[in-house]
Parts: sequence; structure tokens; C-alpha cells
Amino acid sequence: MATSKKKSTATSTRLEVLKTFKLYIGGAFPRTESGRYISEETHKGEFVANICRASRKDFRNAVVAARKAQGSWAGRTPFNRSQIFYRMAEMLESRRDSFERALQERAGYTEKKAVAELDATIDRLIWYGGWADKYIQVFGNVNPVASAHFNFTMPEATGVVTALAPQKAPLLGLITALAPVIVSGNTVVLIVDHDHRSLAIDFAEVLHCSDLPGGVVNILTGYREEVLSYIGGHMDVDAVAAFDATPAEKKELGVEAAENVKRVHFFETPKKDDWTSDEAQSPYWILPFVEFKTAWHPMAF
Amino acid sequence: MGKKSTKSVRDLLFGDLWEYAPAPQSSGFVDLKDHYGHFINGEFVTTEETFETINPATEEVLATVSIADDATVDRAVKAARKAYDNVWSKMPGKERAKYLYRIARMIQEKSRNLAVVETMDGGKPIRESRDVDVPLAAAHFFYYAGWADKLEYAFPGATVKSLGVAGQVIPWNFPLLMAAWKIAPALAAGNTVVIKPAETTPLTAMLLAEIFQEAGLPPGVVNIVNGFGETGAAIVNHDDVNKVAFTGSTQVGKIIQRAVAGTDKKLTLELGGKGANIIFDDASIDQAVEGIVNGIFFNQGHVCCAGSRLLVQENIAEEVLTKLKHRISTLIIGDPLDKNTDVGAINSRDQLDNIKRLVDIGEAEGAEKFQPRCTLPDKGFFFAPTVFTDVTPSHTIAQDEIFGPVLSVLTFRTPDEAIEKANNTPYGLACGIWSDKGSKLFRVASQLKCGIVWGNTYNRFDPTSPFGGYRESGFGREGGVQGLLAYLEVR
Repeated sequence: MATSKKKSTATSTRLEVLKTFKLYIGGAFPRTESGRYISEETHKGEFVANICRASRKDFRNAVVAARKAQGSWAGRTPFNRSQIFYRMAEMLESRRDSFERALQERAGYTEKKAVAELDATIDRLIWYGGWADKYIQVFGNVNPVASAHFNFTMPEATGVVTALAPQKAPLLGLITALAPVIVSGNTVVLIVDHDHRSLAIDFAEVLHCSDLPGGVVNILTGYREEVLSYIGGHMDVDAVAAFDATPAEKKELGVEAAENVKRVHFFETPKKDDWTSDEAQSPYWILPFVEFKTAWHPMAF
Repeated sequence: MGKKSTKSVRDLLFGDLWEYAPAPQSSGFVDLKDHYGHFINGEFVTTEETFETINPATEEVLATVSIADDATVDRAVKAARKAYDNVWSKMPGKERAKYLYRIARMIQEKSRNLAVVETMDGGKPIRESRDVDVPLAAAHFFYYAGWADKLEYAFPGATVKSLGVAGQVIPWNFPLLMAAWKIAPALAAGNTVVIKPAETTPLTAMLLAEIFQEAGLPPGVVNIVNGFGETGAAIVNHDDVNKVAFTGSTQVGKIIQRAVAGTDKKLTLELGGKGANIIFDDASIDQAVEGIVNGIFFNQGHVCCAGSRLLVQENIAEEVLTKLKHRISTLIIGDPLDKNTDVGAINSRDQLDNIKRLVDIGEAEGAEKFQPRCTLPDKGFFFAPTVFTDVTPSHTIAQDEIFGPVLSVLTFRTPDEAIEKANNTPYGLACGIWSDKGSKLFRVASQLKCGIVWGNTYNRFDPTSPFGGYRESGFGREGGVQGLLAYLEVR
């Protein structure tokens, strides 16, 4: 993780090793195929890195990776997905110091606020992980039909989801967007567009060592407006989870999404942009990205 | 499983050997008006422009019906808004419930009348409207009535709130039943309604409006406007509609999805399908054959969840097809008002033309067509039950929704191949699986991308059972507790 230049130069003449931030697609860290970059700076205007500016082709590649991973991710037992969520929390907990530092140095967080964001992110991962084998029980049911049939309904993952991450809370926003989507067995292409994109790629490294199969979460850094028009119209994307969408973005996504009857869900921004609030998590946030399947069978000798 | 000899199947071609005596359902007691308008703010109103609704089995005009223009739709929405603000949203749930129970009871009381009119206006066999459509419509009101005062128990940990005015557009294949599917949950959840019945089948909705009047439902709680696509568009695009619910073709569904994009209108879509009915070699073959027939010829195949693709395991294909063709030869096609009729009239000339066009394409693309020997009535819109064999997944008739009594047969060797073929469609509404092996049935069911899986049965419906699709078959569910989600804000 990129750390402060000050710390090393102040104590020695050793030159710090900077990290190259790439995309996260299919469990690998490729550069953008476009060769383009976005210069990221700290809140004080200091250079952080040349971040990948993802292209339409990168988005398509990410969807291919997400599709490839979806069947087996959904096919894992909910218990297994639950444990992988817990593992992600473990990995983040053990690296929390560097994330807290990064939030302060790059995004200008106070220490207190950085600690609060890490607390909330780790706790939210565990909270959603627990839902993996429970949301089906809460939202599924046996239906007492008026005939000699056994009939039940259960939710299952919709498929490949594209998520537009919140534009505040550079770490917590990622989990807030992806946890309710992948907990049920969807895979996700997460589009990150704000001033501190590098944190998303730091976070990808946590995902990468958390037993999370490659392709379940794919992270693209870039500009929303650039990829937006390809999201709605992509025929192999089943749903869109959008945070902080403007009215124009809502309209464009909604119109394009009709091409293959995508499910599009716009999340409300919590009051005062407080993403640590319990308002920013709910089992009902899982529901826009599941399909209810109802099965019938006769009961007879 | 050993291959059974197909020679033992006896030829019992009832249709040819025995004439069934007619068993007509009388319709003399039906008292239709010459003209129907709209039902707005608790009153029947007419507007200038009209169209004719005909009996598709005889091509006789049943009544003329007014067409609602933008101003009429606006009037209906205003009535719905007023009723929502002043009456319905303020009424205790237990009182709303009693109105719905009352409506359910009145549908039961008038059931024979409703069934006969449904059959006359839409062409479906009286046996189906009498035994399926009308009882289910009543049951739907009865089921959702009970939810009206229990909404806080439906979604644990959440608070729920009604949405406001629901704009609804419904199809012609189950006119009264679709009206019930739309209106009952909307009202139970505390919303008011503006609904447009299909232009070929407006009559039972107007009879339902009479029931609303008799039940004393407060004016404006349900408003019914008649007309064509423009009328539907006026509802969907009206600024003061909070929720849009549509059942119909995927093509129109996409237009509606685009139309509501960027608005705060909540949307649910119940669209087309191309259901696979999968027959494994360990299935009870005779039961499966009945299921295939029910899957595709029920309601002339005018069913979005119809089992229009038969996937039969290769080693039993010959036996299944032989039995299926024999069974189809016994189907009685003709007068929908005859209680013996199995396959009634095609709903409209347009739909008949569309079925013929797709069947021609099927033949042109090289599939083998089978139709039983049967005489179709001279008048009216009829189409013989049709089975296509030698169909490949890329054929138009294996991909496009025909919405008629036309079955496309494909074969498979392994469960994986069956799953892959079943899912090889942009739709995802319903599938059937026929097997005596429970573990196989559940495994296949879990892999199918569709909202309803019928195991060893097909085309079963119940108000407690959610109905709706995956992918391009739409989103949202109708029926069951999930059906309430479409009409509530849950947070």
C-alpha cells in the first residue's frame, strides 16, 4: 500500500517504493487495456498514483469474468459464502492500520473518522455474511395452496450485477455496495469513481487473499459517465445497483436497461452522507438482486 | 430404463369414431348491454370514440366499447388520487379487508355469469373459465383481503407504506383473473387503481365494475378505462401515477420500462415466456403426456407460462411422441361454450394470423409439422393443435413465443443438456420437470432460470403461490406474500 513519502524521506535517504494501482478483474490485476490513466492526488494535492482509467473494453472483460464466476459462486453453500465474508472481515481487521492511515493521508479523514469507517466496514461485512444462510429463510416460504401440492418459494441470485459505488466513504462505500449483492450468489462489477479510487484497489488486495473466488468481485476505477452508457445496454448484465445516481444517470440507465429487462435499483444516500449509519444496510437491500423461484409438486401415493 | 414397445399403444381415435353430442352451456341468462364505457369515480361514463368487441368463436359483435383518451385517463387518475388521499389510505386495514372479502363473495355469487361472458368475449373453453379463471379470481380477492390488516407482519423488521395510485395494464388471455391479480394486492396494500383491460376482452372487467358498485367500494378506489395501446400509454406516462404494473408481451414491457425510466414510478412486469417441459425417461409417461397437453393446449396456448418447448429424453422420445399424438387426436376443438370442448377459439384474428405466420416459418425452416385430423368451425378463429418435431434450438419456433396451441419438440440425452436447452432462451417464466426421481427433480429445478418450476404437474395456479419471471420474462411477483412487495414501500 502506498504510504507517506514524508515518513521515509525524513528518516533516511531511502527512496520509497510506490505501488502501481491496476484494475481487479477475474481475480487478477490487469492494467486497463486502454493504457489511459487518472492522476490521483491526496486531499492536499500531493501525488498518490496514476490510477487506471477503465474503458468500455475493460468493462466487457469484467462482465465476462463475472459471468464465468457466477454459477459456481451461487452454487456454493450459503454457509460457505458466509465464512468467506467472515474471512474478508478477518483480512481487513489485520490490515486496518494501513487503511486508517490511507484514509487520513489520502482522503483527509481525522483519525477518529478513519477508525469509525474501518469499524463500520468490518462490522458490515460480518453482518451481511450472517445473512447468507438466513435471508432465504426470512424471505422464502411454503405456500399453502388449495390443492394437493407441496409448494415453496425461495429467493436465489439474479446473476451478474453492475454496481456504481457510493461517491463518499471510499472504503465503507465499497462494502455497502457489494455485500448485499454478492451475499446471495451474484457476482459484481463495481465501478469506482471518486477522488480516492486507489483505496478500492487496496481493498481488492484484501478480497484477493480472503478465499473469495476470482471474478466474484471485479473492480474498475474510472469515470462513471464514460462507462454508464455501456452498462444499461450490456446484454449479459442482469441487474444494476446504483448509489448516488443523478437524475440524468437514472434516466439513462433506466432507458438502456430495458434492452434485456434488467433489474435496476437506485439506493438512497443516507442522511448527511453517513455511510456508517445502520440506515445504509438492510436485508431488504438483498432483495432487488434476487429472483423468487416457486416450485410445485403433487402430493400423492 | 428399457425401451418400451410402442406397438402396444392402441389406436383409440375418439374424435373420428364417436361423435360427441353437444353439451352447450346456456348463455340466455347473460344480460349484456349494447355499449360499455369506463368506470370512473364509481360511475359508468361513456366517451365518444368506440370500438367493437366480438365473440372470436362466432365473429358476432357483443358490444361496443368506449375508448379513453388522455383526458379520460386523467379523469380516472384524478379520481384515484382523490380516493387515495381522502378515503382509502386513511381507512383501517380491517375495513379495506372487508370490502375485498365482499368482492370475492360477489364474484362467487355471479360466477356462472362471469364464466359465460369470459368465454364469449375471449374464446376460452367454458370448462376453463368456469373451473379455473373465475374461482381463482375470487380466491385472489379472498386471499389478499386477509393481508389488508396484517401488512406489518408481512415483512419482518421493516415498516411498510402504500404507494399511491397504481396504473395497471392487463392482457386478454385471462381477462378477469388478471384484473383480480392486479387489483386485489393493490387495494389490500392500500393503493387505489386505474386499470385498462385488453381491447379484445373488456367485458368481464365491466362486470367486475358492477360488482364494485354493488359492494359499495368507495368511488375512485378502482377506475377502469377501456381502449387500445394509446390508452395504456396514457396511464403509464401519467405524472400522478406512482406505480405501474403490466402483464403482456416482452416487446411492450420494454417500451414501458423505457417510459418510466428516470421517474419515481415503481414498476413490475410480467412478460412473455417460452417454457420448457422436460420429460426424463424415468417419468410416468402417461402422466407426462397429460402434462404436456395441459402445458401447451390449456387456454389455446394463450398462456405466458405455457410449456411450449417439449424437451424429451432421446430414448423415450418415440414412445412419448406416439402417445402424445394419439392423445392430441382425442382433443375436442370448437365451440368454447360447449362443456366438452378442450381447445376453444383463438382470441382474435390478429393473434390467429400471428400463429399462422410462425407455423409457416416453422415449416419453412425445416421442422416437421403434425396436426390431428379435425374439422374446425367455419366461422370464428380456430387453429388445430400443432406439434413440431425435428426442431433445433435455433429454429424460430424454438425461440419466439407463439402464444398459441403450437408445441416444439426437442430431445436431450443428459440432465445437463436438458438444463442447458431449457435455459437457452432470453425468457425465464416457467418450466416443467417430469421424473419419478426426487433428487434429480430438485437438482434440475435448482438449475433452471425461471420463476416457476412445476414438478410432475403443469399450469397450476394459486393465490398463495408467487408467479413471475426471470430475465426477459419480467420482474416482480404476483401472488403470495411476495405479491405485496410490488405495491408497498418497504424500509
